[in-house]
Amino acid sequence: MPSLKDLRNRIASVKATQKITKAMQMVAAAKLRRAQTAAESARPYAERMEKVLVSLAGALDAGAQVSGLLTGTGRDETHLLVVCTAERGLCGAFNSSIARLVRDTATSLLAQGKTVKLLFVGKKGHDILKRQFERQILELIELRSVRTIGFDTAESIGRKIVGLYDAGEFDVCTLFFSKFKSVITQIPTAQQLIPLALPSEGAATEGLGVYEFEPDEEQILKTLLPRNISVQVLRALLENAASEQGARMSAMDSASRNAGEMIKKQTLKYNRSRQAMITKELIEIISGAEAL
Amino acid sequence: MAIHFELVSPEKLLFSGDVESVVVPGSEGELTVLAGHAPFMSILRPGVVAISEAPGKSQRLFVRGGFADVAPSGLTILAEHAIPLDELDAGLLDADIRDAEEDVADATTDDARRAASEKRDQLRELKAALKI
Repeated sequence: MPSLKDLRNRIASVKATQKITKAMQMVAAAKLRRAQTAAESARPYAERMEKVLVSLAGALDAGAQVSGLLTGTGRDETHLLVVCTAERGLCGAFNSSIARLVRDTATSLLAQGKTVKLLFVGKKGHDILKRQFERQILELIELRSVRTIGFDTAESIGRKIVGLYDAGEFDVCTLFFSKFKSVITQIPTAQQLIPLALPSEGAATEGLGVYEFEPDEEQILKTLLPRNISVQVLRALLENAASEQGARMSAMDSASRNAGEMIKKQTLKYNRSRQAMITKELIEIISGAEAL
Repeated sequence: MAIHFELVSPEKLLFSGDVESVVVPGSEGELTVLAGHAPFMSILRPGVVAISEAPGKSQRLFVRGGFADVAPSGLTILAEHAIPLDELDAGLLDADIRDAEEDVADATTDDARRAASEKRDQLRELKAALKI
């Protein structure tokens, strides 16, 4: 039976925790709004880019020399997995669900005898997976110092991926991130970057034969494809940012609720034992007086 | 006759609407896109996009490279970075030039070096032309 003082201390500490989780929830809610607008305003560019790429790929002559970024190396021996996670914890299952998807993919690829390489963007995924895949890890890119995620951040990561590709480090590149669906649902997603997975080709065949290019198709593709990778990375990072805040918000919401319940229970216990003590003292006094 | 025009940067949609004409800084020279232009695709160099929405009403924006796509449905510019010309100042342009100079110094292949030095020259030209 804990003493009254113990109970009081416990209640005070749970109250302090609740204050923190509540504050974190509110901060996450405010950040979520910003992250969501950023993710939404980045969508048009990615969509247009995709449209342009589809029409460009459709207009290419069959025999044209296209960059490997579009078609891949033709092998699928070495896989590069780019894992985007958060820099901080305390956001529910956000980081671990991405990590689980990566772990499943990596183990099944390894079981097929392929080589796997991991590139981490964000510290948490690295923390979770570093023990299991120590030898597969290429690099960790931390985003801690980045205030707001912009195209520059994504471009430096995109350039790194393209550089690795040009150096023949991998054949297939897949990007892992969490898609923001709503505050309570975030879907861990794997998206293939190289070779480019274009949506159904039949969609964009309107008047393609007469397209004119300046300077020419190859030049355009050469600049467009690396840029597309950066854009996809940017999209992943922005979706991730929104997902992280959403996950944190709902995690902190339930944490505050749990703390509230805990406080209620402990207060009840505290009051009961306080009353029991008063009753006990009264009985002692009364029975003492009667004995006289 | 109006043409539908959209200017998007990776961060957001900057302009969307029907316009009279748009002057685009193509990599091979400036070009004006009017309604009914043939399907056409071009790389952009750093320069100024001039949009005239209606007679006497126009907007000028600085873009740092990108793509223009003229389709039957309209003109789409995918800009790497775009800001209104009024907000552009010498410092920003100088920073871009410095970046390009660093790229030239860092380039490991001939192709990359040529591309970077081209970009640097274009930025310098632009700075001289805008007189800022």
